[in-house]
Amino acid sequence: MPVTQKLRNGAWRVVELITTPVVPADYLDVIAPLRNPHVLRARVEAVRPETDKAVTLVLRPGRNWQPAAPGQYVRLGVDVDGVRLWRAYSVSSAAGRADGLFTVTVNEVADGLVSSYLRKNARRGMLLTLDLPAGDFVLPERRPSKALFVTAGSGITPVMGMLRSAVHEMPDVVVVHSARTEDDVVFGSELRELNKQGRIRLIERHTRADGRLKAADLAELVPDLFERETWACGPGDMLDAITEHWADAGAEDRLHVERFRPTVLVAGDGGTAAFERSGIETEVAAGVTILDAGEAAGQLMPSGCRMGICFKCVLPMREGIVRDVRDGSVTTVTELDEPVLIQTCISAAAGPCRLDA
Amino acid sequence: MTTLQRKDVNPIAHLTPEDIEAIGVELDAIRDEFIAKRGETDANYIRKMIKIQRRLELSSRAVLLFSLFPPAWILGTVGLSISKILENMEIGHNILHGQYDFMRDPKIHSTTWEWDSASPAEQWKHSHNELHHKYTNVVGRDNDLGYGIMRVDEQQKWVPAHLGQPLYNFVNAIFFEYGIAAYDLELGRNLATKKRRNNPAFRARLAQVGRKIRKQMAKDYVIHPLLSVPVGLAFGNPLGAFLGTLSANAVASVVRNLWSHSVIMCGHFPNGVETFERTSITGETRGEWYLRQMLGSANISGSKLMHIMTGNLSHQIEHHLFPDLPASRYAEIAPKVRALFEKYELNYVTGPLPMQVASAWAKVFRLALPNREKANDIDHAVPPRRPEPAAV
Ligand code: FES
Repeated sequence: MPVTQKLRNGAWRVVELITTPVVPADYLDVIAPLRNPHVLRARVEAVRPETDKAVTLVLRPGRNWQPAAPGQYVRLGVDVDGVRLWRAYSVSSAAGRADGLFTVTVNEVADGLVSSYLRKNARRGMLLTLDLPAGDFVLPERRPSKALFVTAGSGITPVMGMLRSAVHEMPDVVVVHSARTEDDVVFGSELRELNKQGRIRLIERHTRADGRLKAADLAELVPDLFERETWACGPGDMLDAITEHWADAGAEDRLHVERFRPTVLVAGDGGTAAFERSGIETEVAAGVTILDAGEAAGQLMPSGCRMGICFKCVLPMREGIVRDVRDGSVTTVTELDEPVLIQTCISAAAGPCRLDA
Repeated sequence: MTTLQRKDVNPIAHLTPEDIEAIGVELDAIRDEFIAKRGETDANYIRKMIKIQRRLELSSRAVLLFSLFPPAWILGTVGLSISKILENMEIGHNILHGQYDFMRDPKIHSTTWEWDSASPAEQWKHSHNELHHKYTNVVGRDNDLGYGIMRVDEQQKWVPAHLGQPLYNFVNAIFFEYGIAAYDLELGRNLATKKRRNNPAFRARLAQVGRKIRKQMAKDYVIHPLLSVPVGLAFGNPLGAFLGTLSANAVASVVRNLWSHSVIMCGHFPNGVETFERTSITGETRGEWYLRQMLGSANISGSKLMHIMTGNLSHQIEHHLFPDLPASRYAEIAPKVRALFEKYELNYVTGPLPMQVASAWAKVFRLALPNREKANDIDHAVPPRRPEPAAV
């Protein structure tokens, strides 16, 4: 309907004029932050402790949300001391909840800025920024007749999402899960209950008492190992071992793994600056600004005052770590974060930096 | 480094180059302290300000639907004036300085923020953040001094056209946002020759300003007045309703313009503020840059509310020293900065608003007339300078 379409567009332009220079949704933010169509947010509806270290956040997503497939993760933007940091968390609730809510379970990790912030500070009513669900660590439409899940620590989270969504559609499920102690098993009572009801066969391993699980041990625990469609999630070295083991058996196409990305960046002195679009990469000595180093390497750099006051030199950093040459403060951007604009005239590299320029 | 006003004494003659660098080190320490403190409090502050401003604007505009009735007109106009002032001063100006970029919130960021002003944020950031803040009070480089239309310093040559400067200044105050837009465009210079007029970059910027002004005008002088027409129809006076809202919006904009013009005049014009020679800033050190900001700015004293309504530009000195620190921190920073002024026997120029405004206006009037003594006789106060570094 071109005419009504035109009318609608025209009317919308008038509405936009009412609120210029901002957009109408910015006013809506004042009363209904979840209704903003341009910024996807979630409100914390409830916070449930799981273990000493883990909490589950029950989230109400805002407009334009798309429900996650079991096993997928979402990126959450959390304002930690006023600074928005992004992390990925697996959805732990069953798919298609009638109330439209979903949950993520946050396990506090050592030096984890965001996870410890959420564990201590998450409250009902808190707003988080949200991204659409992503990831291909999912169950297929046709559920496997024999499934195996191998998890460790918070690697159980996406698997819990899968079990809660589809355990009744899978006749033969084995879950091998390691955690430090019995109490550290996230969702421990629910898993044990499923085991008791005979819906899954749960093999729990407590590493403090039993030591780490080796890939080779699996064959003993699960004799028909390679006949099963397998999902594995946990620390990198565990996944490496499993991947190798499955590859050796020629069963790699039955194995699905989900890796946690390490997000800890440690500031050093100097580093490299890679300008991704031009392909220029240069070594930045300690104390030299990225602006100077970039210019010296022939990169076209925007600049203005060259002393940190005009913000004309900013470039998006996709990933990396820089130090402010004036006060020594460090800015880190992980690959999960949204790119952060850094002032190149006062930023020295403190590690490898990838810039969008 | 400093030149200017009928000064018998050079205000920094007592400082050695080492003193100046020491001042720089002390100021950097103050900055570090507040960078370390920066966080959730500041994020909450700006979000709260934005919320208050938007609520105030929405409710004032709602009241103005009934602008036909004088009490509603008055209430709505007062509310809208305050909302426009907050929007420009405490929110727009400070966000566009990058003070809240640390939050990594793309909605509250110097690169995405657009304000309720004729000047597009992008152009303003160039002329204000880049030129004015770097070249503060350097005659001939910082056009904020007199906006290129006024004589602001005894050292500047007097021509008869300067006789009209009190009038220009008053007109500029009323239409301040357009004055700023013209100033950001360097209109005078760019319209001067045909070549400059036809420069595509200039044309593009002109078009950008045109678009912005059109939208702003449509909002305040067409759409919102039209929105009150149905109420007018219900009470049998649609034209009255239209004109009521239109005049209310116009008044609110003028009030905002007069207010921001006054506040900004107080920042660099009052008596006691120094201006600097163009040549004085070659090879300037960080300490000297800080010192120039200290001597080239003036504060306004007053209540917390006054500070908020000026966007904390009442703390102009602190703002010029630390333009990228959240403005709501300036009140906390001020005593430390002031102590530093005292320690180094420098003049911390401050005073209540009426006094500072009067002082600035007095200067506009005084400099409309030629100097009583020859400019050459005025003391060129020059600081002890290290020799220029030898070329390598
Ligand atoms: S060039 Fe002005 S802030 Fe970097």
